Amino acid sequence: MGQFVTEIRPGGAIAVDDTIQVKGYETKAGSRILEGFQPLFGAEAVERLEKAGYEIAGKTAVGEFGLDLLGEFSHSGATLGASGGLRGAAAELAAAGTVKGALCADLNGAPRRAAALSGVGFVKPTYGTVSRYGLIPCACSGEQIGVMAKSAGDMRGLLEAVAGHDPKDGTSLPTESYDYADGKAVSEMRVGVVKELTDAASDGARAKVQAQADALRGLGVAVGEVSLPLADAARTAWNILLCAETCNNLSRYDGVKFGYRSPDYRNIDELYVNSRTEGFNFLTKAVILYGSDVLSKGRYFACYDKALKVRRLVWEQSKALFENYDALLCPACGKTEYQPYDIKEAFGAVFAESFYTAIPNLTGFPSVVCGGVQLIGDALQDGRLLNLAEALEGGAAK
Amino acid sequence: MRYEAVIGLETHVELATKSKIFCSCGGHSAKGEPNTRVCPACAGMPGMLPVTNKRVVELAMRAGLLLNCQISRYTTFDKKSYYYPDLPCSYQITQWFHPICREGSVEVTTKDGARTIGIKQIHMEEDAGKLVHDDWTETTLVDFNRTSVPLIEIVSKPDFRTADEVMAYLEKLKTMFRFANISECEEGAMRCDVNISIRPEGSEELGVRTEIKNMSSLSSIRRAIQYETARHLDAVERGTETLVQETRRWDDVKGRTFSMRNKETAADYRYFPDPNLMPILIGDDWLRRVKDEMPASVEEKTAEYQSKGLSAKEIASLTAERVLCDLFDALISSGREPKEAASWILTECGGILRKHGQVMGELDIAPEKLSRIMEKVSGNEINRAAGRKVLEAVLYEGADPDEYCEAHDLSAQGDADAVRQVVLKVLDNTPAAVRDYLGGKKKAFQALFGGCMKELKGNGDPQVIRALLEEELAKRS
Ligand SMILES: [Zn+2]
Repeated sequence: MGQFVTEIRPGGAIAVDDTIQVKGYETKAGSRILEGFQPLFGAEAVERLEKAGYEIAGKTAVGEFGLDLLGEFSHSGATLGASGGLRGAAAELAAAGTVKGALCADLNGAPRRAAALSGVGFVKPTYGTVSRYGLIPCACSGEQIGVMAKSAGDMRGLLEAVAGHDPKDGTSLPTESYDYADGKAVSEMRVGVVKELTDAASDGARAKVQAQADALRGLGVAVGEVSLPLADAARTAWNILLCAETCNNLSRYDGVKFGYRSPDYRNIDELYVNSRTEGFNFLTKAVILYGSDVLSKGRYFACYDKALKVRRLVWEQSKALFENYDALLCPACGKTEYQPYDIKEAFGAVFAESFYTAIPNLTGFPSVVCGGVQLIGDALQDGRLLNLAEALEGGAAK
Repeated sequence: MRYEAVIGLETHVELATKSKIFCSCGGHSAKGEPNTRVCPACAGMPGMLPVTNKRVVELAMRAGLLLNCQISRYTTFDKKSYYYPDLPCSYQITQWFHPICREGSVEVTTKDGARTIGIKQIHMEEDAGKLVHDDWTETTLVDFNRTSVPLIEIVSKPDFRTADEVMAYLEKLKTMFRFANISECEEGAMRCDVNISIRPEGSEELGVRTEIKNMSSLSSIRRAIQYETARHLDAVERGTETLVQETRRWDDVKGRTFSMRNKETAADYRYFPDPNLMPILIGDDWLRRVKDEMPASVEEKTAEYQSKGLSAKEIASLTAERVLCDLFDALISSGREPKEAASWILTECGGILRKHGQVMGELDIAPEKLSRIMEKVSGNEINRAAGRKVLEAVLYEGADPDEYCEAHDLSAQGDADAVRQVVLKVLDNTPAAVRDYLGGKKKAFQALFGGCMKELKGNGDPQVIRALLEEELAKRS
């Protein structure tokens, strides 16, 4: 079973992943650089959960800053399933019923992959609906705190508890609270299977998409095939933005004020270099280097600025599909099983897998993982996606 | 060959806002014990998000309007990355791609006449902290009080030719910004980077440019410009050295500039738009409101006060400080007479402030209180000397004029009958002095006068006492 940052307290209902600050818990985002860091305040999402009467069960391990596939490169240790395969810690706990649900940060698809592999649900809400206050920041323009739970009903309840305007987050949308009950009947919905994403996946992952497409047809949903030619560009664009923003956000960990400081330095430059060299893992360093490159003079317009333009185009291309479809159906990850691997391969592995998850991060559109697949909807249509997830659950039970 | 200097200025001005630019810590935070004006946000703790202080945007717009700039309708904040211990996040939030103001101009006047200096842009940004070297322990300490204090940076075009023009420009900005409540422009609240090169007069080509960083006193800036211009001339004309494009530092004690030889000139700041701060859209309504709220300029105030019959000297003194104008205007609108109001502010308040070692700009009094004192004096409830006494108590003890008069029995002092009673009592009680005076010893008058003052506990109006004494003594001659 997995190793956790803090023991899960018996009777606790909701786990919180280690990139989200909870007062009274060390928060290190899976990184040595934040070893011993005690947050001065709790995340807005956590405070809202507690206000709604939920109890925090404890914290779950994440890969360093949530940058890896499934928490495999964490200073807290990787979480492995019974078969030895990689499992996200939060998804593993939710699947086992140890907790009712979990709050997880989604910046490059890790909790969506984990949910799909463990057969639990996860919703990455529309950007700006859940406050990022108290989330250890990496890729601010696309990361969101989402909720993980076994059932769509639980996801809806948790999401209603955490979503809503927060003046402490400048990107928070003005709506005070959200009602995720969507009036549209499933039998009147149209769902498009995204050809590019589905075709690229392994047989097993593709079979899951086909099975859920059939299940939807059985529920009276009109299912067709759609094309998103920019899917590959979306993946590249999101990784450029993610690396650049992460590089910048992680620059605050300099060993001067908090977190890990190397014992070995003679001057300020050595203090910076040694603390960061010892504090970050190989994958984080690769992200920092890549991000630093795409922001450098002479590269900015070729990389970063172009990625912003691609973001706009992907948004437009997706928006055009949402004119005719209530949701897009695609895999949440390319395979059905992931084994531990060498960290030197991590950057490439994450880049490859983010093909399936990048669009919601890049565009801010909501995504719901259920039954091992992913549904992507138009902005603020989180409730409609949850309706579909609920229908699929019911359909499977029959 | 004759050469001319080509000088450009980047001027950082600390804005007078109640709170910092992206958090709710108090502004003007350079003051206070180290690290007492700091919160998780401006200390760079993870999880805190910046939220723009709208007032900063409005004051930047106000500065742009004063400098005849175009106000951008779409403006963004960007991140500038570099490592330095006084920068908690290792990035500074500034404006790189879409600054708030562009293309302005300002006219400066020197003894050689008036010239127009172009303004390239004005942008908003956050200040950094301060490093304090502790010689005793040989360590460097960081004070974050100043981090995230709002600044505007005014980038001029390279339009200055002399140090005098630079001085006139900075003095003008200072007066304008203070008067428009944009900045208090206190010592250190205005900092300059100066770019200098020289070229043959009439030439369009620019010479090798050097930049002198971070100077805050006007005299340093003048001396640095003079030194650096001379250094460039020597290099070009006499080949004393080869000029290189670089950043230099002014040493005020040694009176010369030094190459900083650091990475800064070659640094790549990796600017990119801050995803946590949405672009700011400035619509017609907002811009109109900022224009409407713009305080009147020195010129407008001068014309207004002339029409109210104030002297040139009074006008100059009042318009030296925005607070004095505000006080004067409040007194006028509560019905006080302009000449009297000016006199009470400049003569009476001014005198009391001087006595306490303060300057006019520090005057802080509720207009209603001063108005009430003036009312009491003009209505002969109390005399002017008593009014001064009340004013001092209001300024330094926070007294209420009516309560103070009541408690100190001042109300009667203005009443000539009450003073006459005192005069009669003194004359009756010191018959020897009266005899001496009437017998020709004029010095005895001083003793009688002193007796009256003593009896009135120093609150009497000397002129009134003198007149009454003479009147009553004449009756007894
Ligand atoms: Zn603060």
